[in-house]
Amino acid sequence: MEKNKSRVPISQQPYQIDPKKGNGEIGGTVTVEINGKPVQVPFGTTILDACREANVYVPTLCHHPDLFMGGHCRLCLVEVEGFRTLQASCAFPITNPLKINTTTNDVRKARRHVMDLLLSEHHGDCYACVRNNNCELQTLAKEMGVDTFNFGHTKESRFEIDNSSFSLLRDMDKCILCRRCVRTCIDLQEVGVLEAIGKGYDTHISTFMEKPLADVICINCGQCINRCPTGALRANDPSDEIWKAIEDPTKHVVIQTAPSPRAGIGEEFGLEAGTSLTGNLNTALRRIGFNKVFDTNFTADLTIMEEGTELLTRLKKALVDKDKEVALPQFTSCSPGWVKYIEHFYPEYLDHLSSAKSPQQMFGTIIKTFYAEEAGIDPANIVSVALMPCSAKKFECNRPEMNSSGYKDVDYGLTTRELAMMIKESGIYLPDEEKSHFDDPFGEASGAGLIFGATGGVMEAALRTAYELITGRQVPFENLRIEATRGFEGIKQASVKLEGCVPDWSFLEGVDLKFIVAHGTANAKKVMEMLKAGELKDVHFVEIMACPGGCLGGGGMPIPTTTEIRKKRAQAIYAEDESLPVRKSHENPFIDVFYKKFIPEGPCSHKSHKLLHTHYTKRGKYIV
Amino acid sequence: MLVLEKNQISAEIEDLAGYYGGNRTALLPLLQFIQKKYNHISDFAQQEIARVLDIHPVEVYAVISFYSFLHSEPKGRNIVRLCRTIVCDMAGKEKVEKAVERELGIKFGETTHDGRITLEFTNCLGMCDQGPAMIVNERVYTKLDPEKACKILSEVK
Repeated sequence: MEKNKSRVPISQQPYQIDPKKGNGEIGGTVTVEINGKPVQVPFGTTILDACREANVYVPTLCHHPDLFMGGHCRLCLVEVEGFRTLQASCAFPITNPLKINTTTNDVRKARRHVMDLLLSEHHGDCYACVRNNNCELQTLAKEMGVDTFNFGHTKESRFEIDNSSFSLLRDMDKCILCRRCVRTCIDLQEVGVLEAIGKGYDTHISTFMEKPLADVICINCGQCINRCPTGALRANDPSDEIWKAIEDPTKHVVIQTAPSPRAGIGEEFGLEAGTSLTGNLNTALRRIGFNKVFDTNFTADLTIMEEGTELLTRLKKALVDKDKEVALPQFTSCSPGWVKYIEHFYPEYLDHLSSAKSPQQMFGTIIKTFYAEEAGIDPANIVSVALMPCSAKKFECNRPEMNSSGYKDVDYGLTTRELAMMIKESGIYLPDEEKSHFDDPFGEASGAGLIFGATGGVMEAALRTAYELITGRQVPFENLRIEATRGFEGIKQASVKLEGCVPDWSFLEGVDLKFIVAHGTANAKKVMEMLKAGELKDVHFVEIMACPGGCLGGGGMPIPTTTEIRKKRAQAIYAEDESLPVRKSHENPFIDVFYKKFIPEGPCSHKSHKLLHTHYTKRGKYIV
Repeated sequence: MLVLEKNQISAEIEDLAGYYGGNRTALLPLLQFIQKKYNHISDFAQQEIARVLDIHPVEVYAVISFYSFLHSEPKGRNIVRLCRTIVCDMAGKEKVEKAVERELGIKFGETTHDGRITLEFTNCLGMCDQGPAMIVNERVYTKLDPEKACKILSEVK
């Protein structure tokens, strides 16, 4: 995590001094002895990091590489020579030569006691837990050799499950107070839903005034779920309803799959991160009973057409008509977490948000209008499921305004983890399935839609199309790789010069098209503050994704999610993009057919506004 | 809450935050001020403090929930806290407890109907040599017996 740039108190920030350049400088590095072996590390490195550097294993629970220092769980205790007590290695910065021992009897006993104490208040049944076999507490208990509960194991439930939110369930009985969710929500996402309330035995993680989750300002991004070591936080699972719909012969159940789950679902089946299983997933979905499998990338392409047209319209208004009221820069609206964030925290800037629906909701509308017509099915009998990497999509499909088809556009949002569970339940081992294609009429989509899954993807896809429409030439980058939008930097700023424009767009001649890509709402906040301060006057387009890394780091993706895993998933997505024949949204052959057949007036016309665009609510951040 | 009242609280918080430097270190003095003036820290006041100090409301609430002398729900005008730790317990805390409860007609943890007194237990006040001890608002009373305790409470306004 970035140092010193967060609002976190200095005491919680990693105490680290950058090593001085050049060898032999005094104070740059420290040599410590870990289990008798000398290791040279930069001054201020924690004992834990030093141990990892030296390939010495230390168990951790509350520590998470994405988050600031915790020091809550005490499982990473080690012996440091000269100290009376054992020290938590994750919270001990090395400032002088130390002798560290990680395997003494004291350490072993202390860790076991810590584990026993954690388990004494952990109420829950492993068999009936969503995290069974993927639970850090369970794994560590086995590792510590827990064969009996030395301090008991509580039988009574202390908390009610909070199921008020469309997206998240909070089962605080399973909470072990590691405060990963607190650090995620406050520091990583800067939303601030959860904190440790009370003191002593009464301490529990809760919301403002102990209100149910639906009543506080939660953007449903689900990052807390991804970081919870136990099953205390989980997504609101609709699979029972979906099974019911599949079993009902009168229902026509269709599913759309987003690119990120396809790049991540392999992890749930024990594969290496970054194994794309698109083809296998199509077969598996049909086998478990979905009638049709569609590719969300089609509506991602459609989003590019709608959002791109909207951007060009705004640019025309600003540059040709000299309209000062036009809201520029335009923000993307694909990420429902980000949409809810801006509705709550910056409602005065809602007109900057593109009015285009997210790809999920566009597809929902199209399935119950265009597809229902084409296939001759009563839309009332269609059950539309969306496989998404996201818990906020569950909230989005339940928004009251999302019914432009006359029905609830998307019936259920399903996360990667939940679908993996459904596939396993059916007795299917996904990697063994044959590969197959998506169903007609939408067919395969373009690579531009695919890269929506990674941060910067929407921008890259939009540039590929916009540049070509405006200048008549392909974007001037090798193999269509716009490197400026790729990578995991918090905020990326770049520009493309528009030269040699075709007559229709001659007013854009010589314009430096400036754009910003940000991911994670903490970075979104920084961008919004820049906008507030008037620093974004010459920027035209801003892509923001609520989750760190974009959709592939979403709250519905397999657990764990770390920087390394996010990188591998991104590689899988970019590799799949390069393997596709069509890599620009406007070249997707079905986009043309679709507009001609269904919306002959073209993008951003009256009918497209009715079906493919939406409006937002000024929510504000006052909690009633 | 009336709009006027809200505006007043906001103005007070902004003034005081300015005095203390306007960052999160001003949190506790702000909370103590609101607690003293309004007898509790309403959810509105908590959110205003969060807004002014640029932190999250839940962080303000977490601090309030941590300290026994800060509370988010209105309580009685006077808060009586009787020490329940072992030394005071052995020195006759239970007799004092029963007497006070009989006198006021409420149990510990409750507030009298006129909102005059709230009874609470507290942990060690550090008066173990002079127990049983209790604390009324910010004043400590020691070497209590039932009569003395009731007399003290009858003098509380």
